[in-house]
Amino acid sequence: MAEELKLFRTWSSPFALRVVHALKIKGLEYETIFEDLSTKSASLLQYNPVNKKVPVLVHNGKPICESLVILEYIDETWKQCPLLPRDPYDKAEARFWAKFGDEKIFSSIWKVLITQGKQQEEAIVEAVQNLKLIEEQLKDKKFFGGETIGYLDIAFGWTVNLIGILEEIIDQKLVDEEKLPLLSAWMQNFSDDPVIKDCWPPRDKMIVKFQVMREPYLKNLVSQ
Amino acid sequence: MAGDELILLNYWISMFGARVRIALEEKGLNYEYREENLQNKSPLLLQMNPVHKKIPVLIHNGKPICESNIIVQYIDEFWNDKTPLLPSDPYEKAQARFWADYIDKKLYDSGRKITWNKNKEEAEEGKKEVLEIFKVLEGALGDKPYFGGENFGYVDISLIGFHMWFYAYETIANFSIEAECPKLMAWDKRCLERKTVAKSLGDPKAVYDIVLKSRKIKGLD
Repeated sequence: MAEELKLFRTWSSPFALRVVHALKIKGLEYETIFEDLSTKSASLLQYNPVNKKVPVLVHNGKPICESLVILEYIDETWKQCPLLPRDPYDKAEARFWAKFGDEKIFSSIWKVLITQGKQQEEAIVEAVQNLKLIEEQLKDKKFFGGETIGYLDIAFGWTVNLIGILEEIIDQKLVDEEKLPLLSAWMQNFSDDPVIKDCWPPRDKMIVKFQVMREPYLKNLVSQ
Repeated sequence: MAGDELILLNYWISMFGARVRIALEEKGLNYEYREENLQNKSPLLLQMNPVHKKIPVLIHNGKPICESNIIVQYIDEFWNDKTPLLPSDPYEKAQARFWADYIDKKLYDSGRKITWNKNKEEAEEGKKEVLEIFKVLEGALGDKPYFGGENFGYVDISLIGFHMWFYAYETIANFSIEAECPKLMAWDKRCLERKTVAKSLGDPKAVYDIVLKSRKIKGLD
């Protein structure tokens, strides 16, 4: 049966990148629809009426929303190159850390971007503490998934892209090879993987985008 | 399975802990229930959930599982020989996960605006948001007896714990969920008829009393 797969995404969304990575690992063909979130398409609003967000994966006309939900759907529907561990306990751990990444890492990195001076120093300490917790999950493995990229690597993958860009904008290292050696190595391994390599959004565009996002917050801090 | 040791660390008013209790009851599992005092967390809780230090935590043969919806999925996947809580079809499963995620991201925070409101405006805002969420959920429920269809399942479990807090929301923000969302309250009544749910939920009036006491202590009233 001819499978029809469509991915609604923006050029920069880290959550959409998760789905791109997963589809590539599974070797699946799909059509990409780039959205401009300031003028959402009728299709997007039809497929995701509740949250009106990207990414949305549409499989034979049926939409799946929320990137982590989409990852599990992809893994359960296409059995080649499994992404999640098989053991229920390992699966629960992977889900726990993916949630931690979304709730804590994202917000702590954002804080670093939109602050300056002492506030930024404190934000960096908190971000590094959270990243250390994730690093401990690597133990002595190449990837969170073991020898190959898995669900948790994909869930964290956005950090590899965004952290590098953030470090360039604030002109400071967040993931220090000395402080976070295992995570540092993981970021390199993940980036170098042939599946991941060509999927990153254009770096220059990302730097401009985040610099622009940062401006109003810094202006606010100065005027206080 | 013989020889399984299950311990649940919980605080009875938690809508999240209720999810785990219901799931364990649905699967007919024996477990030890331990009430936590969140002002004085046990060494076991701090050891088993060092990252968040929160309840609920399910400890299975000494290994902890944290985050209520993750625990419920674990229970469903480990004891997969009876009473499935999630659908088997990947698409239906994805829909169930989407709705549980929606409930997680929206309802608790909006509910807090009511219970811990600093002023009438905040309570009013919370009430509006909670009703909006309920209306969206009513849409998802449709004419089905449960969110999953004919069978009580994951999304129902995700939401029904909030039943304990309905009386507090209604009384503090002065509104009736029944009047605004009759379909949802019909679903609520239906779920409460299940023994597994009834024995897992605390008394809503007792929850309200605790909220009032806490509000006084926090200086909100």
